[in-house]
Amino acid sequence: MTAVLAPPPRSEPKPLKRLRSFVRRWWHQLTAMRTALLLLLALALAAIPGSTFPQRSISAVDVAGYYDEHPDLAPWLDRLWAFDVYTSPWFSAIYLLLMVSLVGCILPRLGVHWKALRARVPDAPRRMSILPYHRVLDSEANQSMARAVLKQRRWRTTVREAEDGTVTIAAEKGHLRETGNLLFHSSIIFMLVGVALGSLMSWYGNRILSEGKSYCNNLQQYDEYGLGAWVDETSLPQFCLTLDDFDAEFTNGGPTAYDAAVAYEAGGQSGDYALEVNHPLNIDGTNVFLIGHGYTAVVTYTDRYGQTQTLHQEFLAMDAAMNSEGAFKFPDANVDPATGTVDEDAEVGFDAILVPTYDDATAMLLGTDPELNNPVLALTAYTGDLGLADGQPESVYAVNEAQIASGNLERVNDEVEVIGVGDAMTLPDGSSLTFDGVEQYAVLQVRHDPGGPVVLAGAVLLLGGLLPALAVRRRRFWIRWNPDGTVETAGLNRNDYDGLDEECDELTAAIAPGHEPPQASESDDSIGGRQ
Amino acid sequence: MTGAEVANALFVATILIYAGAMFAYAVEYAFDRRAPKRAKQLAAVAAPGADAAGEPVAAEPPISPAAARGAGRLGLVLTFLGTAALAASIVTRVVYTGRWPWGNMFEYTVGVALAGMVTWLVLVSRGNVPRRLGLFATFAVTMVLGTSVRVYTEAGPLVPALDSYWIVIHVTAAIASSGILLIGCVFAILHLLKRRYDRQVSDGKPIRFPLNVAERLPDATALERMTFKIHVFAFPLLTFGIIAGSVWAHLAWGRYWNWDPKEVWAFIAWVVYAAYLHARVSGKSAKVNAPWIAILGYAVMLFNLTAVNLVFSGLHSYAGV
Repeated sequence: MTAVLAPPPRSEPKPLKRLRSFVRRWWHQLTAMRTALLLLLALALAAIPGSTFPQRSISAVDVAGYYDEHPDLAPWLDRLWAFDVYTSPWFSAIYLLLMVSLVGCILPRLGVHWKALRARVPDAPRRMSILPYHRVLDSEANQSMARAVLKQRRWRTTVREAEDGTVTIAAEKGHLRETGNLLFHSSIIFMLVGVALGSLMSWYGNRILSEGKSYCNNLQQYDEYGLGAWVDETSLPQFCLTLDDFDAEFTNGGPTAYDAAVAYEAGGQSGDYALEVNHPLNIDGTNVFLIGHGYTAVVTYTDRYGQTQTLHQEFLAMDAAMNSEGAFKFPDANVDPATGTVDEDAEVGFDAILVPTYDDATAMLLGTDPELNNPVLALTAYTGDLGLADGQPESVYAVNEAQIASGNLERVNDEVEVIGVGDAMTLPDGSSLTFDGVEQYAVLQVRHDPGGPVVLAGAVLLLGGLLPALAVRRRRFWIRWNPDGTVETAGLNRNDYDGLDEECDELTAAIAPGHEPPQASESDDSIGGRQ
Repeated sequence: MTGAEVANALFVATILIYAGAMFAYAVEYAFDRRAPKRAKQLAAVAAPGADAAGEPVAAEPPISPAAARGAGRLGLVLTFLGTAALAASIVTRVVYTGRWPWGNMFEYTVGVALAGMVTWLVLVSRGNVPRRLGLFATFAVTMVLGTSVRVYTEAGPLVPALDSYWIVIHVTAAIASSGILLIGCVFAILHLLKRRYDRQVSDGKPIRFPLNVAERLPDATALERMTFKIHVFAFPLLTFGIIAGSVWAHLAWGRYWNWDPKEVWAFIAWVVYAAYLHARVSGKSAKVNAPWIAILGYAVMLFNLTAVNLVFSGLHSYAGV
């Protein structure tokens, strides 16, 4: 940082000096604890919009919905990165500054700590009675025994003998606190590296797969996917997945279990797996997750000339009762088999709502039970030009609204027609749509994130550093044999620590077994003390 | 009576017993005249003007100090009893549903109340805090229990996403840290009250409600240290809860961090508590503000429990709440 900001060398040293002190002052400012504190609070504040506005990285659909609802406000919010909060320049600026501040804080402390670990324990002051804990022993204390006691309790000790015959053992304990503290802060950086690795090297794809269908890992096979900057899409691992069976269990209208029986084939090896929520399939480091499910309607369309085609169409759930929306599109129907001519207004499409449990006793179309107890399709038919020829991608869950609005598609039935399984809806031209049944589909997410294990390792280190950083107390203890034959002990807290007196009393008693510690009087109104 | 009805009856009994305990503590807090001596002396030294006006002639209190201490002992017994009833209510729910009892917002909130009260009882049993402060602990916990009634959910089965042993690890850590931090927040508030009270006294200003409640509180410095200790204990637990949650998120949703509203606010709470721990060790002026940051931290925790569940929709939405 200093190197970047330093000016080109000049003959007169004064401005250079001034700039250097300027940089140094700002560096001190940035790495000060108070700045870190403000940055932490700023980070907390900056994270809030991410929960109040829909985020592109989570649900692009919700962002589009927000644009529809607030057409004037949304573009302005977008200019402020309100839909990409966690990758926005202002959020990044805060956490990067925080990281710089963190590094600036831990680097010097690493050096100090390294020296402290190897340094001799400092001697006690000449007058030990100024220390917070101080006792003059009324019994003998043996030097070698004192050393043994301290060593057994893992105190680091330094023995000093003065010319006048004074012997002092200085002991120190609790360097683990600073070690833990530095480990905690370093592992935050470590985790961030893992997150960065993940965003560069991870990839994922979501795939809707109906029962009995298969697909092989290839970006074209995914309904939605994302690639990290360093991922080569041609080098994705090769495997194929088949959904043999899907089963959803419900109790009192609420889901209790989803089970997807999948078969996989990867690099010559194959197997079956019972894929469940919380129970992903791991294929050589790539995980397959079950993240959703839905219903697939099976219909058969018989056109004017008696030609039939069967469609398996996935539907999107609109609510918790699995009332789902979808569309059936037949762009190549109604071709005269004798002449091969295409009838005008030949293309047929249906907007449909699938109701898993239809109750005809009520006036409500939508059901309240997600199970398939009485599935019906509520259909609206359109004939004309479906608008598929222009090659533009469009929703498979709805008939093109623009074509309806422009009159290229004509609505056939004014009132929605409801048909059950086995029933058919007949159109005025004699063609019909038969509801053959309902299958299920699973939504699979395939994800590979090599950054994940790094982040997890960082999190474990973070916790491993946090515990000693908070629980361990650094403290010092001294014993001094004076030339006049008296023995003194003293203790000093380096951190806020209530138990110092008790610990020092106990040490003193262990070193000089005959010594009677004075009974401390405890007030009735004490708080925080150990009794 | 079905298991669910037994659980509900025990739950109601808990609230009633805690209310009784609160009343008993209030009697001790108000009428055991031993404790506030120190505060009176402080007032006498700091505000000679009050002395000149003459010590107000204290009427004979309607309850003797000995009887007040008896009430305090009764309060403690009732607190143990109420906590046992609360634990029994949760266990009954477990037996009835045959699953871990953290399946919805109601059960979570009840768990937080239990964790808070257990934390308090541990502190009292170890002699870390005077018994009469149970008034504030039972008040806070009863408030939490009262709030949980607003989101009452019939005991039922778990949704598939929650059907994992990680519910034991992640949710238990979240509940325990929320309960302990609740007590930490109570101490932060008590400290601020007492600090304000002390300043009013030393400035010779009149003491009005609610500050007069602080007269009988322990030393402000001691309250502050207790606040810090509780947060130091709870922070690693909160950290562990978030880490465990992200491991579970990886298994259930395919990503270890989704910036789901619940995750965003857990992150915010963690950052605020980290700021509190830093403020506590960054010099005098930051230390003065530290208790406010701790209270802000708990406000975030409460927001995460209530508003995020009820207003935002996200991956952490279960059973309607």
